[in-house]
Amino acid sequence: MRRYSVFALAREALRYHSGWGKAWASPEPKKHYDAIIIGAGGHGLATAYYLGKNHGIRNVAVIEKGWLGGGNTGRNTTIIRSNYLQDPSSAIFEKARALYENLSQDLNYNIMFSPRGLLMLAQTHHEVRGYKRTVHANQLQGVTTEWLEPEQVKKVVPIINLHGPRYPVLGGQWQARGGTARHDAVAWGYARACSDMGMDIIQNCEVTAVRQENGVVTGVETTRGEIGCKKLGIVVAGHSGVLAEMAGFRLPIESIALQALVSEPIKPVIDIVVMANTVHGYISQSDKGELVIGGGTDGFNNYTQRGSFHHIEETLRALVETFPIISRLKMLRQWGGIVDMTGDRSPIISKTPLGNCFINCGWGTGGFKAIPGSGWAMAELIAKGEPGALAREFDMWRFKEGRFIDESVAAGVAH
Amino acid sequence: MLILECPCCGVKAEETELAPGGEAHLKRFGPGSSDAEFETYMFARKNPKGVHFERWRHAYGCGKWFLAARDTATLEVFGTYPAQTTEPPAELIAKIQAKRPGWKGWK
Repeated sequence: MRRYSVFALAREALRYHSGWGKAWASPEPKKHYDAIIIGAGGHGLATAYYLGKNHGIRNVAVIEKGWLGGGNTGRNTTIIRSNYLQDPSSAIFEKARALYENLSQDLNYNIMFSPRGLLMLAQTHHEVRGYKRTVHANQLQGVTTEWLEPEQVKKVVPIINLHGPRYPVLGGQWQARGGTARHDAVAWGYARACSDMGMDIIQNCEVTAVRQENGVVTGVETTRGEIGCKKLGIVVAGHSGVLAEMAGFRLPIESIALQALVSEPIKPVIDIVVMANTVHGYISQSDKGELVIGGGTDGFNNYTQRGSFHHIEETLRALVETFPIISRLKMLRQWGGIVDMTGDRSPIISKTPLGNCFINCGWGTGGFKAIPGSGWAMAELIAKGEPGALAREFDMWRFKEGRFIDESVAAGVAH
Repeated sequence: MLILECPCCGVKAEETELAPGGEAHLKRFGPGSSDAEFETYMFARKNPKGVHFERWRHAYGCGKWFLAARDTATLEVFGTYPAQTTEPPAELIAKIQAKRPGWKGWK
């Protein structure tokens, strides 16, 4: 791999950029790998990367039915934060956020991590109490967050209307080192680094069956032939239930559509990320000037990557009453992704009933922020066969045993 | 936009009139049941990519619960039926089988 640097840029500038190679190779699948990861989104590629980097397992294939990073990795609103209430959640999300800080250097690929600050608005007294509690919990967990009073909120986001028609702004939870990153670049950067370690990234290759012998996985059947493996990692977000069925078990997961949209580009008006959970609207401004907007999920099962129209209306209504300045903006694009929701709104990083088969899913509406930490924990699980400290609480049997990591009632989560 | 005909009042209701209620025909388990049974009832879901049976409520209409068969991969609606039943009507199953020849059945 040719390293990207200022010297490489200067050299290529002098020869009409004719020397840039492909960022990653697209080889034919081999007959057998030490480990196969299904799903070349952020989480799958990060898993492969840390398998190679932390555990020395490099005979790895990452199989993707579509194109690299074309699922939820390319469909989210790129928000990064770790202000969760429960200890296991804040541990893994803070690990991810910390890894994001140096990820551009680590991967030699500019992921444009922008720790611009993240504000979660409190618009009911319940939320005020909930967020203050989360701030206290975060202090004990070593995650830096603080409580802002309404006048401090106005200072960090001047375009806000504190006295909206429905819900006044009563304060906010502020994470100064939260922010955004370029989502595509995260997938591309990991893919380039994986390819450089000799791993095979195989796109347009759909898994059609999981092969097993005596309760242990032996490989997968794909649209490009059979591929054998010693260990299998399933990291497919919305289609986790479909893959689990192939592997012969069921998951406590439902797949539903979550939508996002962007406005026409305008001059800078907002230089932080604002989340308003009570009215369901999330907003930040991209480097191109577009307002990047996320909303609520549909209430029914769906695999079509299309959401219901009225959710767009609800989201925009919420944002217009919070930020009246944007009321005349045109929206440019809208899209949906299929998110995998668990019963307690926390992810699953787990062994499965099938031997040597591991699953990483259930990130629901908030997976992008977790990519490096999730890959770190999943790689450890696959390499050692047992979960490490980060993944230990996130096994799939917690639903049977009642050990929920209940972020659906903790105020730190948006869904 | 999703449109379901309410079998209770006969109104063709669009999505904003309806409240979704999750998977239909779940078997309930009460006190004395095992952990595995509780897990199945409360958390394990079929979540199929294809034919799905689900509960809906005509929230801004007659207010009654009913059941619907829908395809989660195409958003096609096969039909709706009253909630006072433990399994989908035979006629609806036949209709789905005709449209989806490889369908594995509702259980």
